[in-house]
Amino acid sequence: MWSRLVWLGLRAPLGGRQGFTSKADPQGSGRITAEVIEHLERLALVDFGSREAVARLEKAIAFADRLRAVDTDGVEPMESVLEDRCLYLRSDNVVEGNCADELLQNSHRVVEEYFVAPPGTCCPEWFNR
Amino acid sequence: MLGRTLREVSAALKQGQITPTELCQKCLSLIKKTKFLNAYITVSEEVALKQAEESEKRYKNGQSLGDLDGIPIAVKDNFSTSGIETTCASNMLKGYIPPYNATVVQKLLDQGALLMGKTNLDEFAMGSGSTDGVFGPVKNPWSYSKQYREKRKQNPHSENEDSDWLITGGSSGGSAAAVSAFTCYAALGSDTGGSTRNPAAHCGLVGFKPSYGLVSRHGLIPLVNSMDVPGILTRCVDDAAIVLGALAGPDPRDSTTVHDPINKPFMLPSLADVSKLCIGIPKEYLVPELSSEVQSLWSKAADLFESEGAKVIEVSLPHTSYSIVCYHVLCTSEVASNMARFDGLQYGHRCDIDVSTEAMYAATRREGFNDVVRGRILSGNFFLLKENYENYFVKAQKVRRLIANDFINAFNSGVDVLLTPTTLSEAVPYLEFIKEDNRTRSAQDDIFTQAVNMAGLPAVSIPVALSNQGLPIGLQFIGRAFCDQQLLTVAKWFEKQVQFPVIQLQELMDDCSAVLENEKLASVSLKQ
Repeated sequence: MWSRLVWLGLRAPLGGRQGFTSKADPQGSGRITAEVIEHLERLALVDFGSREAVARLEKAIAFADRLRAVDTDGVEPMESVLEDRCLYLRSDNVVEGNCADELLQNSHRVVEEYFVAPPGTCCPEWFNR
Repeated sequence: MLGRTLREVSAALKQGQITPTELCQKCLSLIKKTKFLNAYITVSEEVALKQAEESEKRYKNGQSLGDLDGIPIAVKDNFSTSGIETTCASNMLKGYIPPYNATVVQKLLDQGALLMGKTNLDEFAMGSGSTDGVFGPVKNPWSYSKQYREKRKQNPHSENEDSDWLITGGSSGGSAAAVSAFTCYAALGSDTGGSTRNPAAHCGLVGFKPSYGLVSRHGLIPLVNSMDVPGILTRCVDDAAIVLGALAGPDPRDSTTVHDPINKPFMLPSLADVSKLCIGIPKEYLVPELSSEVQSLWSKAADLFESEGAKVIEVSLPHTSYSIVCYHVLCTSEVASNMARFDGLQYGHRCDIDVSTEAMYAATRREGFNDVVRGRILSGNFFLLKENYENYFVKAQKVRRLIANDFINAFNSGVDVLLTPTTLSEAVPYLEFIKEDNRTRSAQDDIFTQAVNMAGLPAVSIPVALSNQGLPIGLQFIGRAFCDQQLLTVAKWFEKQVQFPVIQLQELMDDCSAVLENEKLASVSLKQ
């Protein structure tokens, strides 16, 4: 099934971390498998960082599971409290903008009017595992 | 002068009893004296003095802009302020200087208010204690009040006086501490689940949450788009109404603001005919965790309305016990989405890794966010996974409708205003608060406040009385959507009845010119 990985310290610097144990927590649902962890970390681009964080997620899920007890048959999901109102549309005229310089100022890496990103989007070692 | 209401100070400025510069300097000096509270992240001294100068010119020429001209205010550090660092108390935005002002900030500046600084908060406004920001926790000024210290002397404590300081509540704790300690007359907070009302209750202030759609969110760094609202913290209801008058109104930059005509300015009638009111008491809010003191004050408040001829009835909000769970799911889901913008590319912190875009994003976010934020992002992403979407996110959206309907039904039964506690108890010591993690605390502390955000209703916390320990306790009024004026009118009447005491911070105010209200300064030393 899923391999056991050893967690080496809470605040290991990036590159030093090798993964962590993810045994089914007695308090949690045990649904947080290593695959789910990896999947979530990939989607969120944020790592768990520790076993405690996984345990916290399991508690959060257990907490959210309480919603199952509510009968929502025939109830429409509510996206906004202002759903009964018409959206106001302003006229399609350009009234502001032309502030490229201001916007570029806050970036750490800029070349002319471009924000500079590192090359490529996908790399197996991106979490150095 | 620093203890006066906004209206009184405004009158004093108009009459020339004090100049904006003098007022500004007094506040700046007090900010320095109260630095240990850690209420401010950035003190914008030069900006404030310059604004004061301009305000002074206007007063000299008899051209004051209104009640807010020359008035020191503070702004929570998740509102964008042009040219002034805006950090959200996070490493992710340390050093970030927005190129624009949030609409609410701009409106205050257009009215001539003086921006004293940006106040401390929980990182990205996630939390109920103002303890989890990178600049450290905020201390509740009431920890140093005569009222609290005298009570403490009666119970012998062997520890050092300062190690037992109290939290302000959160996440707008810095704003609350700033107003409570008299360093400004009003402060902006944000309210997503009670973040303005909670610290207001703990710091003895009026904490007002407007109806969703009344005040623009443009420039407020978003947490939960469908629930966030800018909040107002002041020392009295009238002041809150003045600030609301300046802020309310449609904004073409925020499509969730409502374009209906609103009754402006918010002049509150001073005498409400209480006998025509119907007050609702939601029975599900009587939870076992509620402290007996708060419960007793809640009951007394209901009795007060009844004795004045108002109709006080019990109402039911049947889905109350699920609202905190629903909030938790919706909040983390929206957070997961909103925090996705922080990738280090266009603004904010950027790590040194250059291997690939994703590696750079991941490392930046790891370095930039604290555990609380990361935890919420991960939870949110879990609830939004394809296999979980229906069972968690959509389910929560359905429960949200049920909760919103609960309120509609309550109001349709003839109730004008609901009366509930704001918090479970008075402010607790920091060392006590940190024994539980952020999520647990938020789930406990937001219990009375977050349902209001889900329904988008206006609500206000009013300080009622001091606890047995000498600490403030507040009660919450909830109104119908867009009936903010009516809500504040009722609140103003109630405020007048309860006569909440002024905080006594004499040790900080040893300056003779600082007279609090009509009180003469006691020359008694409080040193042990």
